[in-house]
Amino acid sequence: MIVGNRKDFGEILEKLGPARRVLVLGCNECVTVCGAGGEREVGVLASELRLCWKKEGETFDVKEHTLERQCDYEYIDQIRGFVNDYDVILSMACGAGVQYVAETYKTKLVLPAVNTTFLGVTIEQGVWSERCQGCGACILDMTAGVCPIARCAKSLLNGPCGGSSGGKCEIDNELDCAWQLIVDRLKEAGRMDRYEEILPVKDWRTGRDGGPRRRVREDMRL
Amino acid sequence: MRLSYPSNVKVVKVPCTGRVDVLLILRAFESGVDGVYVAGCLEGECHFLRGNLRARRRVEYVKGLLEEVGLGGDRLEMFNMSASQGQRFAQFAQEMTERIRLLGPLPVRKAPGNG
Ligand code: SF4
Ligand code: SF4
Repeated sequence: MIVGNRKDFGEILEKLGPARRVLVLGCNECVTVCGAGGEREVGVLASELRLCWKKEGETFDVKEHTLERQCDYEYIDQIRGFVNDYDVILSMACGAGVQYVAETYKTKLVLPAVNTTFLGVTIEQGVWSERCQGCGACILDMTAGVCPIARCAKSLLNGPCGGSSGGKCEIDNELDCAWQLIVDRLKEAGRMDRYEEILPVKDWRTGRDGGPRRRVREDMRL
Repeated sequence: MRLSYPSNVKVVKVPCTGRVDVLLILRAFESGVDGVYVAGCLEGECHFLRGNLRARRRVEYVKGLLEEVGLGGDRLEMFNMSASQGQRFAQFAQEMTERIRLLGPLPVRKAPGNG
């Protein structure tokens, strides 16, 4: 899933400036699961805004609404009927959702309330960890299912580096060294012969270095 | 025991403090109360094992939110006591009431049309 982090209240207030008619817009997908921008977080942020502005004696109108997704037009379209009652849409979706909402309602000020952080997994309730950087040419078959692009601090294709010690990465002694994990798993699977092969230089054109990406499936188009 | 506690304390019953979530506390403040405290069982004695421990974490989290908003985290507290410690219940009710009296009412300025 896409993992994000709610922005600090102070930063959100600053971005809002003088706007007091605010539509706090959540998303029911990834940001709900990682507790950053689902219906509950919409409730918390809206509540914070109301408490803050009541304290200041301001007149305001804060509406809470959560869409199934903010990355599909058909859902974004559902707020068309009331979106003009608000000065600002405070989107709690990932960056993709914020942008699609902004593209759809061009005359509206659309602000992000979440910092979109990474593609990852739930380690345990309340803990998430990065797993993939969307490089566009997956090599997990070569690395025993551990991604060195996302999980090695240096994104080394042939590791580990000299900083690997006791299974931990030199940048943080709480962080597993991805290459230690790869070697451990190759050993477990009896596939250490794979480790002898040198991985070639990666063609980053499939990743971000090739510019913004787009995917088309002709057979699915209408 | 026939103990008395300040009449300004309004008790909201929940089956376990584990039921007390972030929104419930925020909604209480939104409804205009000046302070909230969560009265949980003694740590290690939760019937549902960790309900009171989780409640404490949520209380800590909401204290942070109240600070962010500028209302101050001291308006919220978590106390632990057993069902037989009526004395402690009354004592915490007193303590919290005094603390909130010192802090004063929740700062709310009147504005026309607030929803
Ligand atoms: S190799 Fe690329 S696609 Fe595969 S997990 Fe790593 S970043 Fe993601
Ligand atoms: S210690 Fe391991 S994870 Fe950290 S940079 Fe070196 S090879 Fe990568």
